[in-house]
Amino acid sequence: MKLRRSMLFVPGSNTAMVCNAFIYKPDTVMFDLEDSVALSEKDSARLMVFHALNHFVYKDVETAVRVNPLDSPYGLLDLEAVVRAGVDIVRLPKTDTVDDVLEMQAAIEKIENEIGRTKKTKLLAAIESALGVVSAVDIARCSDRLMGIALGAEDFVRDLHTQRTKQGAELMAARSQILLAARAAKIHAFDSIFSDVKDKEGFLAEVNYIKGLGFDGKSLVNPNQISTLHEAFAPSIEDVDWAIEVTEAAKEAQEQGLGVVSLDGRMVDAPIIARAQWTLELAQASGIRRD
Amino acid sequence: MSVLKKSAYAGTLESSDAYIQVSPIEEDDIKIILESSVKEIYGDAIEELVRKTIQDMNVNNVLVNVQDKGALDFVIKARLQAAILRACEMEQPEWEVL
Repeated sequence: MKLRRSMLFVPGSNTAMVCNAFIYKPDTVMFDLEDSVALSEKDSARLMVFHALNHFVYKDVETAVRVNPLDSPYGLLDLEAVVRAGVDIVRLPKTDTVDDVLEMQAAIEKIENEIGRTKKTKLLAAIESALGVVSAVDIARCSDRLMGIALGAEDFVRDLHTQRTKQGAELMAARSQILLAARAAKIHAFDSIFSDVKDKEGFLAEVNYIKGLGFDGKSLVNPNQISTLHEAFAPSIEDVDWAIEVTEAAKEAQEQGLGVVSLDGRMVDAPIIARAQWTLELAQASGIRRD
Repeated sequence: MSVLKKSAYAGTLESSDAYIQVSPIEEDDIKIILESSVKEIYGDAIEELVRKTIQDMNVNNVLVNVQDKGALDFVIKARLQAAILRACEMEQPEWEVL
């Protein structure tokens, strides 16, 4: 099971972060060439990320790069650099329509063909507008390169003429739509950043909330948020005990030729068994939560 | 051969980074001035890295001033290449040689 709970944003112009981000063991390191990089440093950040992607310290970490939009002077230059460097995932900024994805896909394919890269670069579409949210289902299903869609909340709330709150009511519709679209397309769903890095309680509450909704993970801006997030996403010992009991009961039922079995007076059928198996896989990949 | 049209720099003086300035010179040479807290141990290796990076970019006639703040090798390379591209007024490098 490939875990994608944490995607750590690393500004491509922040040398110390670029050099050290792997130490914190996020599931994915996401180098940023877009909003966190000043216009005057786009060229140097691009080179820095190109070399970081090639460095041995990032060989065993999943890497993503948020490139600039293709309609900017930097988008294609970013793609040239990161696809040649072998990045795993390109994160599309501000994905409003299917065409945005297909245009990016075509540009990546062209570079891959030029350099003879056989491993397909994956895509992650960031949805950051009302148009993107209402198009989320079509976006999520438009390319086999898409490994996920992500909510970019800061731009989204601006587009919605509102602002972010700790309660997150303003994101309710977008989160639901993005999650449903991702699940319908069988790809990952990622929640937006929680930017107040000092508010640990608020962060944990939001993590538990989006985990409960069904999100696979969250974009992060600070390495200090990683351990809290991973801990929250890990199954508890009770979850694991329950999963073992269900799996054993299911095995017994199968041996007796039964499709459904009762465990502590509750029906155990295929969806319950699948969830139990998923819980055990998750525990194996992420460890067990210490409550 | 890429020709430097002006002086240019890239990088910062922050920890883990390097500030690198390149300037065109008349002599057919690569001149390197290096300031680094680890010069005694890694000075030769850094100079070799700088020289090779410049040669790979097919550049000559250059004075390079490196202020190293404990940068990893790939950081020095990235900063140097950015400075050279700026000095050559080139938007895109030849990725294959980097």
